Amino acid sequence: MRPIATTRSASGTPTGRLAVWWVIASEIVIFGGLLASYIMFRLSHPEWAEYASHTNTWIGAFNTFVLLTSSLSAVLAHQAAEAGNGKKAAKLLYWTMLGGITFAVVKGFEWNMEISHGFTISSNGFWSFYYTAAGLHALHVIAGVVIMGIVAQTAKQNLELHRVELIGIYWHFVDLVWIFLFPLLYIAK
Amino acid sequence: MLEHYLPAASTYASDIDGLVNLIFWIVGVWFVLCQVVFFYFIIKFRRKPGVKAQYITGEEKEQKRWISIPHALVLICDVFIVYGAVTVWVDIKQTLPEPEESTPVRVIGQQWAWTFVHAGPDGLLDTPDDIETVDELRIQVNHKYRYQLESEDVLHNFSIPVFRLKQDAIPGRVIEGWFEATQTGTFDVQCAEICGIGHGIMAARIVIEPAADHAAWMSENAPRTVLAATTP
Amino acid sequence: MAEHAGEAAHGHDGHHEMSFWSKYVFSTDHKIIGMQYMFTGMAMALIGGFMAYVFRMQLAFPGEAVPGFGGVSPADYNSLITNHGTIMIFWVAMPVLIAGFGNFLIPLMIGCDDMVFPKINRLSYQIFLLSAIVLIVSFFVQGGGFGGAWTAYPPLSAKAEYSLTPLGSTLWLVAVALEFVAFLLGGINFVTTTMNSRAPGMKMYDIPMVIWMIVVASILFMASVGPLIAGAVMLFMDQNVGTGFFDPGKGGDPILWQHLFWFFGHPEVYVVLLPAMGIVADIMTVFSRKKLFAYRTVLYTVFGTGVLSFTVWAHHQFIAGVDPRMAHIFTITTLLISVPIAEMCFVYIATLYGGSIQLSTPMLWALAFLAEFLIGGVTGIFLGASGADVYFHDTYFVLAHFHYTFFPIAIIGVFAGITYWFPKMFGRHLSEFWGKVHFWGTIVAFNCIFIPLFMLGAAGQHRRIYNYNHFPDLATPELQRLRVIATSALLVMLAFQAVFLINFFYSLFKGKKAEKNPYNANTLEWTAASPPPHGNWAELPRVYRGPYEYSHPDRDTDYWPQNEPN
Repeated sequence: MRPIATTRSASGTPTGRLAVWWVIASEIVIFGGLLASYIMFRLSHPEWAEYASHTNTWIGAFNTFVLLTSSLSAVLAHQAAEAGNGKKAAKLLYWTMLGGITFAVVKGFEWNMEISHGFTISSNGFWSFYYTAAGLHALHVIAGVVIMGIVAQTAKQNLELHRVELIGIYWHFVDLVWIFLFPLLYIAK
Repeated sequence: MLEHYLPAASTYASDIDGLVNLIFWIVGVWFVLCQVVFFYFIIKFRRKPGVKAQYITGEEKEQKRWISIPHALVLICDVFIVYGAVTVWVDIKQTLPEPEESTPVRVIGQQWAWTFVHAGPDGLLDTPDDIETVDELRIQVNHKYRYQLESEDVLHNFSIPVFRLKQDAIPGRVIEGWFEATQTGTFDVQCAEICGIGHGIMAARIVIEPAADHAAWMSENAPRTVLAATTP
Repeated sequence: MAEHAGEAAHGHDGHHEMSFWSKYVFSTDHKIIGMQYMFTGMAMALIGGFMAYVFRMQLAFPGEAVPGFGGVSPADYNSLITNHGTIMIFWVAMPVLIAGFGNFLIPLMIGCDDMVFPKINRLSYQIFLLSAIVLIVSFFVQGGGFGGAWTAYPPLSAKAEYSLTPLGSTLWLVAVALEFVAFLLGGINFVTTTMNSRAPGMKMYDIPMVIWMIVVASILFMASVGPLIAGAVMLFMDQNVGTGFFDPGKGGDPILWQHLFWFFGHPEVYVVLLPAMGIVADIMTVFSRKKLFAYRTVLYTVFGTGVLSFTVWAHHQFIAGVDPRMAHIFTITTLLISVPIAEMCFVYIATLYGGSIQLSTPMLWALAFLAEFLIGGVTGIFLGASGADVYFHDTYFVLAHFHYTFFPIAIIGVFAGITYWFPKMFGRHLSEFWGKVHFWGTIVAFNCIFIPLFMLGAAGQHRRIYNYNHFPDLATPELQRLRVIATSALLVMLAFQAVFLINFFYSLFKGKKAEKNPYNANTLEWTAASPPPHGNWAELPRVYRGPYEYSHPDRDTDYWPQNEPN
C-alpha cells in the first residue's frame, strides 16, 4: 500500500522522476570524483599515454555503438509505455537488456585478453584507473539490466508503466558515463 | 600569548605569535560582544505574566540593519586577518634563503624515528663529512638552515613547537623549507601526523648551540656517522 | 486540490494486529524508522563515549590499567581515538540529527502521512545497521581495529605493513562506505519528500527551518560524498588488490586522498551543523514566543554556507605539502565562510529581542548551543588563517576547536531536539527538574574538559599521542595537571548522562501524559496526536501561513498554528 505522500506532486515533477534525478545527481559526483582524479593524473603523467595505447579502441567503439543503440530502444519503450502499450514496452526493454548484456560480455572478453597480455589492475596507475572506472561503470550496466528485467516483468502486465521512463532515464545516464569513459580511457593516447 | 607556554625560538615564531594575538583580539571582541548581548537579552526578556512578546519580522530595512552592519564589520575584520595570515605564510613557506647564506640539512621521517643528515664542516650535503644522527638535530643559533624533508614510508610531520614550524613529509617527494633559531637550548621535535602504532614514540630533540660549540661538535664527529642511543 | 479530499480515509486501519516484529523492527513507518536511527545512534554514542573514557584515562594516568578496559597499548590507543571520531561523526551525529530527526519530523512537519519511499527508507536503516555491525566487528578481528585516524590518510591506511591492522582497515572502510550508501538512500527520500509531498498550501517560505536545514544538509551530503566514495573504492583496491592509486612507489599520490576526503569532510561539518541549527531555530521561537528574525535571510545564509563549504576544503591541508600558494585562496574562502555563519548567530540573537523567554529544558539546550558554538566558531578563525595554522595544525587546539563545534551539534543540539519533541515522540513528558540537572551537569563539565585542551594545544601538545612522557617539553607537571582536569571533567560529564538515561526511560513509561500541543507551538506536528498514529492524521492538514507567527498583534493568543484557516 502506497502512502499518500508518494502520490503528491507539489513541485510539479512526478515523485519517481524526481528521485531518479537525485540518484543520478549523486552518481555524477561519484564518477566525477573518480574521473577528475584520473584527469589530474593524466595531466601530470605524460607517460600514461603510452600505457593507454595498449587499449583496443575498436572494441571500445563497438561497445559504445551497442550501448547507444540500446538507449534508443529504451526511448522507444518509454513511448510505448506512454501510449499504454505495456507488452510492447516490455519487448523493447528486453532489447535494451540484450544490449547491456552484449556490452558486459564484450567487456569480459576484452579484459580477459588484456589480462592475458599482462595488463592487470596492478600494472600501473593507468591500468588501475582503467579497470576501476570501467568496472564501476560495468556494475552500473549490470544493475541496470537486472532492474530493467523487473520493470519489464511488471510492464508486461500493464502495471507501473511510469517505471519504464524511470529506468530509461537511468539507462541514459549509464550511457552518458560511458561517453565520458570511452574517449578518456581509449582515445586519449 | 603562546610565549606563556613555550619560548619563541625562531625568527618567524614571533610573527606567528603576533598573528595569533591579532586574531585573538579581533575575535575576542566579537565573542564578548555577542555573549554580552545574548545574555542581556535572555535576562531582559524573561517571561513576565501578562507581557506579550513583540512581533518583529526582521524583513524591514531598518530591522535588517542590525544584521547587515555587523555583517559588513565581520567582513572588514576578515580582511585584516587575511592580510596578516598571508604575510606570515609567505615568509615561512614561500621564501627560501639563498644557498650561500644558509646551510642545508636533510630530515628523513620513517616509522618511527627521525634521521637528520647534517652537512658537516663543508656546509654541503652528500659529501663524506656529512654527519648522520638519529632523533637528535644539532644546529647553530642565528644561522639560516634549509631543510629537505623526506619520508621513507608513510606521512609524517616535522614539527618543532618552539620554532612554530610544521611541515608534512610525503614519501616520494622532497619538501624544502627553512628556519633560523634565535636562542640556544634543547627542545622537542615532534611527528605531528599519525604514522602508525609508534607515532607516540616518534620524538626527537633539537639542540641549538652557539657557533663555537657547534663547530667543535662538527669537527669532532665529521667523518663518522653518529647514532644516538635510541636507535630502533 | 483534488487529491486532498480523497486523502482522508485512506487505509489507516488494519495495522492493529501487527506483530511486534512488523511494528517495531521491519516497519516502514517513518516515525519508527526515525526512532530506530535514534536509538542506534544513542547506543553508538555510548560506545563512542566509553572509548573517550578509556583514552582520556590513559592520558591522565599513563600506563595504568583503566577500570573496565585494562592496559592501553599504543595500538589500542590509536584504534580507540580513530573509532571514537568515526563513531561520533558517522554513527551518532549523522543518524540522530539527519536520519533520526529527519525521518521523524519531515512528514509530520510538512503535513503528510509518510516518506515518499517507505521501503527505501527501511532499506536505508537496514544498511545503516549493517554498517554499524561491520564497524563493531572490526574492533575484534586479528590485528585489532583500524588505527589510522578518522581521516585515514594513505599510505598508512592503504598498506597492512604500515598500519599493522590488515583486516581492521578494510572493515572500517567498508563500514564507512555502507554508511554513506544508507545516507544517500535516506537523503534522496528526504529531499524528494520535502519537494513533492508538502501539505496543500505550504509554500517554500512556509517550511519550518529545521526541515529546510535537514534538506539542504542532505543535498550537501549528496553533492560532496561522491568523490569520497570514489576515493573509498580506490583505497579499497589499494588495500586488497594491489593497485597504487595512493602509493608514490607505484606512481600514485597520497595527497589525492586528502583532497577527496576533505572535499567531503568539510561540507560534512555543515551537513551536521545545519540540522542542529534548525532544531535550535524552532525551539528558540517557541520558547521566546517570537517570529524568527528575517526568515529569508536565514535561508540565504544557509544556501551561502552550503555553496561556500565546497570551496574551503584545503584549509585542512595547509602544511600537507600542497603548493603553498594555494593556502592564500583557501584562507580567503575560509574566512569568507565565517560571514554567513556569524550572520546566522546574529539572527538567532536578534530573535530573542523583545521575546517572552521561558527557560525550559529544551530552551536551555538551544541557548547553550548558541553560546558554546560561538566558541567553536571564533577559534576556527585561528585555524583558517594559514599563518597561524602553521603552529596550531594537529595540536589539541584543533581538537578543542572542533569539539566546541561538534559537541554543540551532536550532543547539545540532539538533547535540545529530544527534550523538545519527546512528548510528540512518546506521548509523555520528561521530568523538567532532572532535565535541568542533566543540562547543568553536562554543560559545566563539557567546558571543563575542553578549555584545558585549548591551553594544552597552545602549549604545543600534538594529537594522537598515547603517552606524552616521550616528549620532555610536554611531560611537565603543569601540563599533566591540565590533562587530569580534562579527564576528571569527562568522568563527571559521563556520570551525568546516567541522569538523562534514567529520566528518558522512566518517562517513557511513567512520565506525565502529553496532550497534542503542550508548548502552544505553530508547526504541523503539534496538530497530530501525541504520539501520532500510523498515517499521522485522520485527515491530512492544510497550511495557511508560515511556521513562526508567534505573538501576532491581531491575535488574542500568542500563537497561530499553520493549519488554522484564520
